[in-house]
Amino acid sequence: MKRIAAIVPAYNEEEAIAFVVNDINALAESQQLLIDVIVVNDCSKDSTANVISKLKCIALNLPINLGIGGAVQTGFRYALENGYDFAIQIDGDGQHPASEIPKIVNAAINNDFDVVIGSRFISNEGFQSSAFRRMGINYFKWLNRLLVGTVVNDSTSGFRLINRKVLEIVAEYYPDEYPEPEAIIMYSLHNFKIGEVSVTMKERQGGVSSIGTFASVYYMFKVTLAIIFTFTRMKFRKRVKS
Amino acid sequence: MAKIQIVAIAVSLLFLFYIVRLIIKGKLREEYSIVWIVCTIVLILFSFWRNGLEVLANTLGVYEAPNLVFTGAIFAILIYLLHLSIVVSKLHSQNKQLAQEIALLKNEFVKKSI
Repeated sequence: MKRIAAIVPAYNEEEAIAFVVNDINALAESQQLLIDVIVVNDCSKDSTANVISKLKCIALNLPINLGIGGAVQTGFRYALENGYDFAIQIDGDGQHPASEIPKIVNAAINNDFDVVIGSRFISNEGFQSSAFRRMGINYFKWLNRLLVGTVVNDSTSGFRLINRKVLEIVAEYYPDEYPEPEAIIMYSLHNFKIGEVSVTMKERQGGVSSIGTFASVYYMFKVTLAIIFTFTRMKFRKRVKS
Repeated sequence: MAKIQIVAIAVSLLFLFYIVRLIIKGKLREEYSIVWIVCTIVLILFSFWRNGLEVLANTLGVYEAPNLVFTGAIFAILIYLLHLSIVVSKLHSQNKQLAQEIALLKNEFVKKSI
């Protein structure tokens, strides 16, 4: 039986975090899955630390705020050091229902995927996010296809699973800010097998999005830059090796 | 010696003294002080050798000597700023690693103490 680390990054999520953790634990119990919930508290200013200390989970409290990438990477390092077979990232705001976890895990086991991304845009069910947001997601889809040729419909989705092979890479390097689209480029260039599974997402249960309206222009610019630099860096490295 | 020369030399020496004091007190690391010491030495050199600037501008083909000063200074400042950005980036990634290590160790510690 595969051991699964459910990594939940949380920044000021006192309202939703208990629901998220209990949801995953309930699923693990009913489906007889070996899931440990790992909550990474990214130096929240509210009572998140207090709330998670009372829940059935492994609490990793960061002493300073690292941003989503740094927080998730802490969880990856824990999962790698403690011998988990899979790490699945689940947002701390309740957008990702635990009931979709078996679908993602089974996709990885049955199809031998190294990375499985839970996508909102395959069957277009459930919460679809705003038109503006979707435009950005389509742009990343285009950029991905242009650079590495892989088609990922929902490259900003934070609902994703990676196996041990990938864990070894991301424990070393994982982008800090807005890591999701950049990580996909990284995975493609490492020749990992990426799969996408249709999932239903909900609207956030509490807290605020890490990306506001004003920040979205910066987001696009920063992520584009990061993607292009990751691409160049890894292409160059490969040529040096061979 | 003109009045401005004496003022320039005095200020430069005072500056040099302040930098040395910072290093001795451990508030400035030697590797970051090199650029400041070199700058002060250049300042002192040209304070004594007033025609030096003209001579240098002529050999480089710059018509107005002050333009050489501005070009040189701005270039040096940009390079130093880039150097500082590199230092900050390095500190940023080291800081991240330390924070992650602390979070993991804290968890380990709590587990053991229960």
